[in-house]
Amino acid sequence: MKKEKKMTLTLPAEELMACGHLACQGCGATLAMRYMLKALGQKTALCIPACCWAVIDGPYPYSSLDVPIYHCAFETAASTATGVKAGLEMTGDSETTVVAWAGDGGTFDIGLQALSGAAERNEDIIYVCYDNEAYMNTGIQRSSATPYGAWTTTTPVKHFKTRPKKDIVAIMAAHRIPYIATASISHPEDFVKKMRKAKDIKGTRFFHVYAPCPTGWKSRPEDTVKLARMAVQNAYFPLCEIEDGDKVTLNLKLKDKKPVNDYIRIQGRFRHLTEAQVASIQAEVDARWERLLKNCAV
Amino acid sequence: MREKKAKKIVFNSAEEMPTMIASVGSQTHNLTGAWRNIRPEIDLAKCLKCGICWKFCPEPSIDIVDEWPVVDYDYCKGCGICAEECPAKCIVMVEERK
Repeated sequence: MKKEKKMTLTLPAEELMACGHLACQGCGATLAMRYMLKALGQKTALCIPACCWAVIDGPYPYSSLDVPIYHCAFETAASTATGVKAGLEMTGDSETTVVAWAGDGGTFDIGLQALSGAAERNEDIIYVCYDNEAYMNTGIQRSSATPYGAWTTTTPVKHFKTRPKKDIVAIMAAHRIPYIATASISHPEDFVKKMRKAKDIKGTRFFHVYAPCPTGWKSRPEDTVKLARMAVQNAYFPLCEIEDGDKVTLNLKLKDKKPVNDYIRIQGRFRHLTEAQVASIQAEVDARWERLLKNCAV
Repeated sequence: MREKKAKKIVFNSAEEMPTMIASVGSQTHNLTGAWRNIRPEIDLAKCLKCGICWKFCPEPSIDIVDEWPVVDYDYCKGCGICAEECPAKCIVMVEERK
C-alpha cells in the first residue's frame, strides 16, 4: 500500500538553479533563490548587487543559474533593474520579469535610496531582499537588519547591538507600492504562491524573505529550515502581504504563539543574552504582533 | 533535465574569453561533494515519498528519480537539512568514508 503511494510534489519540478554553486552548507539564501526561480520560470532577468549571491553564483565566466544575471554596484540594485526593464521594453519584450535580488545590507542600508526612488516611480520590477540579518558575505558585520541582542564582528558580545531591527516592510508600505510580501524559506508553497501572484501585478513589488545563515548566526547547518519555521511560528517574522500600502493580509494566523526563547537559544549569536534580555525581545515581538493584528483589522 | 557535470572551460588567451557568462548552469564542473564530512543515506523502505528532502535541499542535490529521492553525492555538501526535516526519519547522516 505504502509503496504504491504516488509522489506529489508541492512545488514546480522545473529546476533553474544548478548544483556546484559556492554557498556554505545549509545556506538559506540558495533555497530562497531556488523557490523564486521555480515560481518565475525561465523568462526572468536578475540584477544582483554585492551580496552573498554575487559569490554563490560562481566566478566569471561560470554561473549556476539558468537565467541571465547582471552584477551591479552595491547601491544600485533597484536602479539597474529599472534600466534593464526599460531596455527590454524598448526592444519590445514586455514578458520578461526583471528581478533585483539583494541581501539585507544592499536593501536596508546601502541600496535604500535606489529602492526608494524606484518604488516612488513605481517601476515595473520585483525587488527581493533575502534577509540574513548582517553583512554575511564580507564576514558578519552589523547591518540595520541585525536584530536586538545579536553578536556580529562589529557588535561583539560586550557591545552587542542594542537597537532594534529596521522595519523595512513599513518603509515600503509608506511608498504605497502595489504589492509587498514577507516570505520564509520554511514555507516554500506560500513563497511560490506569492511570487506567482506578484508576477502578474504591474508596478514595484517588494519581497522580504527570511533566509537563515548558519555561518553568521552560529547555528547548526541542519537547523536552517527549522530556525526559519520557528521564527514564523513565534511571530518573530510573521508572514503577511500588503497591497497598495494599506490592505494587510495575514497568511499564517497563529493560534498559540510559541515563545521566542527556544529560537534564541539554538543560535550562538544570542548566547550571551540573559533571561531578562530575552524577555525584552519577547515583549518587543508581542508588541509588533499586536500592531500587525490591528493593521489587519482595519 | 539539465545535463550535469559540465566540463571546466579553459581559455588560452584573452580573446577567447566571452563577454558574458559562458553558459547557463556552467558552474556544475565544481563538484562540491568534496566539502562533505557526513553523508545522508536514505532508507527507501521507510520512505513516505513526501518529497520534503527534495524540497528543502539547498544544492539541490536530491533528485526525484522514478518517484524516489536519490542523493547526488557529487554535489551534496552534507548540511543535514534532509535528515532533520524528514518526517519518517528515514535519512541518517553517517560519517564520510574515505
